[in-house]
Amino acid sequence: MNNNYIKTIDNDYYRQRLSGPLIVILLSFAILSTRLFYLQIIEGDSYYTKSENNCIRLQRIPPERGLIFDQNGILLVDNRPSFDLEIIPQDAKPYKHVLPTLSKFLQEPKKKLHDRLKKARGSAAYRPVIMKRDVSREVLAKIESNLYDLPGVQIRVTPRRHYVHRTAVHLIGYLGEINKKELRTKDIKTYRQGDYIGKYGIEKDYETYLRGVQGGRQVEVDVNGRVLKVHVKEKPKPGNNLFLTIDANLQKKVEQLLENKSAAVVAMDPNTGMILAFASKPDFDPNIFVDGMTRQQWNQLITDYQKPLHNKVLQGEYPPGSTYKIVTAMAGLEEKVVSLNEKIECHGYYRLGNRTYRCWKKYGHGWMNLVDAIRESCDVYFYQLGLQIGVDRLAKYAFKCGLGKKTGSGMDLERKGLIPTSKWKLLRTGEPWQKGETLSIAIGQGFNLVTPMQMVCLIAAVANGGTLYQPQFIKSIQTVGGKDLFVATPRKNGRLPANQKTIQLIQKGLWEVVNKQGGTAFWHARDKEIEICGKTGTAQVISLEKREEEENQSTDKSRYEDHAWFVAYAPSVEARIAVAVLIEHGGHGSSAAAPIAKEVIKSYLGKDK
Amino acid sequence: MVDKNKTGIMFDRRLVQGFDWGLLALTLLLLGIGLVALYSAVYSAKFDVPAGNSALIMKQIIAMGTGLGMVIIILFFDYRQLDKWSFVIYFITLCLLIYVLYHGRVVAGSRRWIVLGVIRFQPSEIAKLAVIIVLGHYYSRVITDQGLSFKDLIIPLILTGLPCLFVLKQPDLGTSALIFLNASAMTWFVKVKKRTLMVIIGILLICLPLGWFSLKDYQKDRIISFMDPSRDPLGSGYHVIQSKIAIGSGKMFGKGFLQGTQNDLAFLPEQHTDFIFSVLAEEWGFVGSITLILTYLMLILWILYIANTSKDVFSKIVSVGICAMIFFQVVINIGMVMGLMPVVGVTLPLISYGGSSIVTSLIGIGIVLNISMRRYMFDV
Repeated sequence: MNNNYIKTIDNDYYRQRLSGPLIVILLSFAILSTRLFYLQIIEGDSYYTKSENNCIRLQRIPPERGLIFDQNGILLVDNRPSFDLEIIPQDAKPYKHVLPTLSKFLQEPKKKLHDRLKKARGSAAYRPVIMKRDVSREVLAKIESNLYDLPGVQIRVTPRRHYVHRTAVHLIGYLGEINKKELRTKDIKTYRQGDYIGKYGIEKDYETYLRGVQGGRQVEVDVNGRVLKVHVKEKPKPGNNLFLTIDANLQKKVEQLLENKSAAVVAMDPNTGMILAFASKPDFDPNIFVDGMTRQQWNQLITDYQKPLHNKVLQGEYPPGSTYKIVTAMAGLEEKVVSLNEKIECHGYYRLGNRTYRCWKKYGHGWMNLVDAIRESCDVYFYQLGLQIGVDRLAKYAFKCGLGKKTGSGMDLERKGLIPTSKWKLLRTGEPWQKGETLSIAIGQGFNLVTPMQMVCLIAAVANGGTLYQPQFIKSIQTVGGKDLFVATPRKNGRLPANQKTIQLIQKGLWEVVNKQGGTAFWHARDKEIEICGKTGTAQVISLEKREEEENQSTDKSRYEDHAWFVAYAPSVEARIAVAVLIEHGGHGSSAAAPIAKEVIKSYLGKDK
Repeated sequence: MVDKNKTGIMFDRRLVQGFDWGLLALTLLLLGIGLVALYSAVYSAKFDVPAGNSALIMKQIIAMGTGLGMVIIILFFDYRQLDKWSFVIYFITLCLLIYVLYHGRVVAGSRRWIVLGVIRFQPSEIAKLAVIIVLGHYYSRVITDQGLSFKDLIIPLILTGLPCLFVLKQPDLGTSALIFLNASAMTWFVKVKKRTLMVIIGILLICLPLGWFSLKDYQKDRIISFMDPSRDPLGSGYHVIQSKIAIGSGKMFGKGFLQGTQNDLAFLPEQHTDFIFSVLAEEWGFVGSITLILTYLMLILWILYIANTSKDVFSKIVSVGICAMIFFQVVINIGMVMGLMPVVGVTLPLISYGGSSIVTSLIGIGIVLNISMRRYMFDV
């Protein structure tokens, strides 16, 4: 046996040590019993009457949700009063009388009302059950004049979210009624069944700032549920106001330009990373998520092949097409695979093994240096450049340019895109990388996938001389009193993997794309007053041969059209705006996307007359 | 000492004779009262009740069965095994506490539950017992009648502090405070040198105001409304008022089984867990409530008596710890529903709904039964 079990100290010692705890225990129980005696015997009668009336109730007062403005203080999201009709089951007796009258006024079947009451069964009988939200003025007037015939029925004014303009809906998002899963994970003190909660976009991501703190009051009521006295009242605290980085006027312009298209446009301040415009089309009316929609409306939203619910700026992954040549050019210069004056001849095709890779210009570009190749978007030049760089080195540069990973926008729905490496392909398909695939990669076709958000970050970095900024949507968060809780400052996300000389060369190429004869966007994006720099891109949805085949069979040709890209910034020196435009199935980048980018830039730089 | 005492003990005549039927009877009585109260809490004479409520009773009975099964298993082993394995038990508990912070299930904003298929439990409940056992192990080796010095208290402070911090992080202030209170009670029993005690009290007196002023305003608000429920009239303040109405309206003999009204109208929050005493007091009145309080008093004194009569230091210290665990929970819970204490999520042992709570209390009582049963086994 262990030594410690042998008594070292006398047993009486422990007995003496236990006397302290004994006294504490007896004392505590004496206090509990006294308190019990006081509550039940001395104050018992008074508490008994209180419990008979169930007279003390808690009424919740919902807070006003924070408003959302654009960068200049233009109101985008508001709250409006909504008149909600509620029933307190305990007071609404007999149901038999109340429900039919109510159903007549509301013009809703009695059964529907009954079901709503039934659903709330099991929760407190004094807790109001919402019978109908947002009752119209006429119905309201009828009910109010008959309120005495409707015991237990009350009308409550609550703030209701209202999206003033149908603008930037994919960024702002919408509210919806809280669901079971959200109720389980949220703090029960702040959320209850029937509350609204941010479901999408900024409404969701900034829920804690926007929501505010619920207030309420403890009231004493009579047998019929009428308030006799207010005991304590705690005012609700309104949520904080958000100021977006969006410029509402520019945003409106962008959305007009995209009317009836399936497209994404995102514009950024290249010196700070602040997002100036954010549009994904087609969109939807966010108010129907708050006010309730019909089944038909919902079905339409989810079955539309242009996916209105899809956030194309952040979730849309597309082949970058020729816009990717910016990355290929950068890698080529940095790896010293090519120098400025080195020229390559383009005959309109390039032969690798026994396959022929075509240039978009059938009879070739002739002799080209790097700047020429960017200007005219010569595929053959970049085939050879890509081949010399190799897939993995190119991927390294792409990653450093912010592709193939999230931009840090903070939105959880953002997608990463895809930058293929030889290892990735081996793991994915079990087959080794083919040299021919490097050719496709180098001109932005093939496995590559990027989001418009990634492309705008990249072009903004080229514009500002190499700094990648994290895109930001929130300019500031203010309390109702006007105190700043948060003010955005630029956040750097690293630098482009290129020195100043390389960047200047690329800038020169991008300038020539728009401003020099022969540039791919010369006819479509040149402006007399503003020097715009940019790069077109045409992303094949399916390969050329296959397309010709299918086009003959299909009736709806538009779905096989290429995606049109244009990434741009302006002015060419000290740029103030960077834009990425993607038109789904728009055809050529030059004709479909570039004019839109031009209009956006002109509108922002204030020369739109 | 006889070797066969270590194992195969159920056949030892002395063990059967020494079995503490009284303690077992008190425990079963409390479990019985708990089931009646739970039935009241979930059924109502006047209102329709959702079908899910009968599942609550079934779950509670299963928890009781599990707990009693644990008691039987514990009885087969010599409690000195606990002493031997104390650090292993403690370490595993710490791992569970860390695990739950990352992979636990969130319920009502707190990350407290570990879910393994059909089994789900709160490791913070196990932590209560683990700390008692590990402190029993440590103190039984350093105890002297001179009292402990400052140096002796460093290790227990760490042993208690770690689980307290992890539980606080969930966040579960109530359980964290309970673990700390249990440890303090055990330390008091073991005796601390007068001078050391003075120094500790001195440090606390200096640190408290300093700490208070370094808090942010909203943190102060939270603590103030926690200490004084009337400052939070829409949350705990409201619950305490409804709970007081429920208890007071029971008067001398109560409204009768299933006749409570405060409960029917769901005025009481979590009436089957933290506020179960209010349901009982409303239906059974002063007579019923005082009977329950006295039953608890008997249970607690019984355990204290076992601490007094047991023959070795480890078992004395552990018994005091388990006694403290039950005592604090009873006093804090009943004090809370009667408006004497801040509203914290502390359950009423053996009565409140909740598997982890029931099983933990029963394991604690199992350990005490084990100690009691073996107190005549050693030659003195």
